[in-house]
Amino acid sequence: MAAIEFVNVTQAFEKNVIIKDLNLKIEDGKFTVLVGPSGCGKTTLLRMIAGLDRQTAGSVLIGGEDVTDIAPGQRGVAMVFQNYALYPTMTVRENIEFGLKNNKVSKEERNRLVESISETVGLSPYLNRKPSALSGGQRQRVALARAMVKKPSVFLMDEPLSNLDAKLRAQMRIELIELHKKLGTTFVYVTHDQVEAMSMADTIVLMNQGRIQQEAAPEDIYRQPNNLFAAQFIGVPPMNVGDLGMDGVKFGFRPEGAVLTAERTDSHFGVRGRIVTREMLGSETIYQVKTKQHAFMIKCTEDQFTVDQEVFLGVDASKIFFFRQDEHRIAQDDVRHAAYMAALRGQQHE
Amino acid sequence: MNNTRVWQKLRPYALVLPAMIGILLFVVYPILYLVKLSMFKYNLLNKDKSKFIGADNYTEIFSRGDFYNALLTTVLYTVGVVVITMALSLFIALWLNQNTRFNALVQAGIFTPHIISIVSIALVWMWLMEPNYGLLNFALKAVGLPALPWLQSSSTSLLSIIIVSVWQNVGYYSLLIVAALKNIPQTIYEAAALDNASKFKVFYKITLPMISPQLFFILVIMTIGSFKVFDTVKIMTGGGPNGSTTTLVYYIYEFRTTSIGYASATGVVLMAIITVLTFIYFRLLSNKVHYQ
Ligand SMILES: Nc1ncnc2c1ncn2[C@@H]1O[C@H](COP(=O)(O)OP(=O)(O)OP(=O)(O)O)[C@@H](O)[C@H]1O
Ligand SMILES: [Mg+2]
Repeated sequence: MAAIEFVNVTQAFEKNVIIKDLNLKIEDGKFTVLVGPSGCGKTTLLRMIAGLDRQTAGSVLIGGEDVTDIAPGQRGVAMVFQNYALYPTMTVRENIEFGLKNNKVSKEERNRLVESISETVGLSPYLNRKPSALSGGQRQRVALARAMVKKPSVFLMDEPLSNLDAKLRAQMRIELIELHKKLGTTFVYVTHDQVEAMSMADTIVLMNQGRIQQEAAPEDIYRQPNNLFAAQFIGVPPMNVGDLGMDGVKFGFRPEGAVLTAERTDSHFGVRGRIVTREMLGSETIYQVKTKQHAFMIKCTEDQFTVDQEVFLGVDASKIFFFRQDEHRIAQDDVRHAAYMAALRGQQHE
Repeated sequence: MNNTRVWQKLRPYALVLPAMIGILLFVVYPILYLVKLSMFKYNLLNKDKSKFIGADNYTEIFSRGDFYNALLTTVLYTVGVVVITMALSLFIALWLNQNTRFNALVQAGIFTPHIISIVSIALVWMWLMEPNYGLLNFALKAVGLPALPWLQSSSTSLLSIIIVSVWQNVGYYSLLIVAALKNIPQTIYEAAALDNASKFKVFYKITLPMISPQLFFILVIMTIGSFKVFDTVKIMTGGGPNGSTTTLVYYIYEFRTTSIGYASATGVVLMAIITVLTFIYFRLLSNKVHYQ
């Protein structure tokens, strides 16, 4: 049982307040991904859970218990560091069993655990090597094994895949998801890569400048972003946004939510534009379309247009979002929603 | 065509030639000359009366008690200086490694002895160690301990010299170790904290292995340096009292006018001892040293 809870937590380094009055509940047994731009405080949050940095104010609870005064080694927490932080002077085996030794696990038990873990992560042939003689992917596995072997109730991972090449990263992503299924413990995973966040998370916690922007399942964050930041952070390319020209409201639609046609069609929002760039990515093509007032990125599954071609861009009513001046999304059942919809329709221009 | 080929072959040799000339002239030639001298009964006044006596000087060395005395003194001095300096500088470095403003000041201060001439240091310490009105005995008496004769007695003279050498060296080596400590990534310590490692375990299993290359370097350098100690002895005791601080180099120095051949032979023996010692160090310890 290890749900994690932040209660009015503030973290400041000297005079710089990084996180202010943060409240967050991380559910037991879930794969939670902390995501946000660089410097938003993800690592800071993780280090407070691990007990490596003490919060300036507020309390951190693990399994309902305030752990503020509990040493990192006593919290039942294991962490995979961004740079792995393996012990360079120890062999892979020694790296993995260091924590066990400190916890006074008997020698037979230790050997059994090390053997089975290294089997799981495919490290058996390398047990007697030093980390310096391993590849990046192998080091990463050592870091994982070192964390796993302690059977922690909370697994913290700080961008563990960021040093790997794209292919290995995709493979490790799947392995981590399977690992989580197998262990069933709480995973807190930090990344600034939103693809990683979308593909692995049960719950995404989206942060910006020390504040939580949205906390929801990946599909909810994608379909119902709380605000402009969430809308533009999740999804590649980011959501297209334009000024509605009314109450300072902005409208938006996803690159995959629009349709490009050579002929004019009837859709809720339709404009004429010209293709300025074309990126052919294989299964899909991304066009940049310039209209009179805006430039939109459009994702199409078919590659039908060429640069400089005149096209018509159409978006369905169901694919359109509105954001208030304070950047919060305007819900569908908001009284003004219909009025904004009408205004957007009236904006159709040649 | 052929000319360029030849030049290409020769170029590396041509490039190292200046350095080689220097080494031949100032290192190899003196060593060979030393070995040659060691086999002569050398006459300083009339070179032509010098006599080749083969290994006689060496037989004499190993049959004389004062050589063994000097050797023992040197070994004691070396062990004392190396052990105390290493332990102290490691201790000081660990303390300095905690970043406080005060420590920055101490760091600058502790290095100062290293830039002062050993002559000045030795003179100041002689004054401090003066048995009747020196500061050290004054301090000892103040805390109720018996005064020591320091340099004036053969039982404490070597200790006094060791203290001065340690005092001069400890700052420099502390800084070397501090630099090594600062190079250890902080995340390793954080990982150890999460692995529930005790303070002692962290020091023994992480800190020490991580700075082992520097410690090994210091060990070798300091052993060699201590075996060749001369200036401190020359200034503070002149080898006395009663030969109690006559180290090997000072022993050699004492024969500089009376028997150059014998002095040279002792020099060769000293060189051999240091070589063997260094070799042993590498053999015994190099697999315990962790290189990145
Ligand atoms: N020890 C520290 N002292 C002072 N400022 C710090 C310290 N650690 C972090 N910060 C600041 O706190 C902010 C958040 O840092 P943090 O490491 O949590 O970012 P992050 O979200 O993990 O970013 P990234 O994705 O780049 O790793 C940054 O502005 C950083 O400069
Ligand atoms: Mg970070």
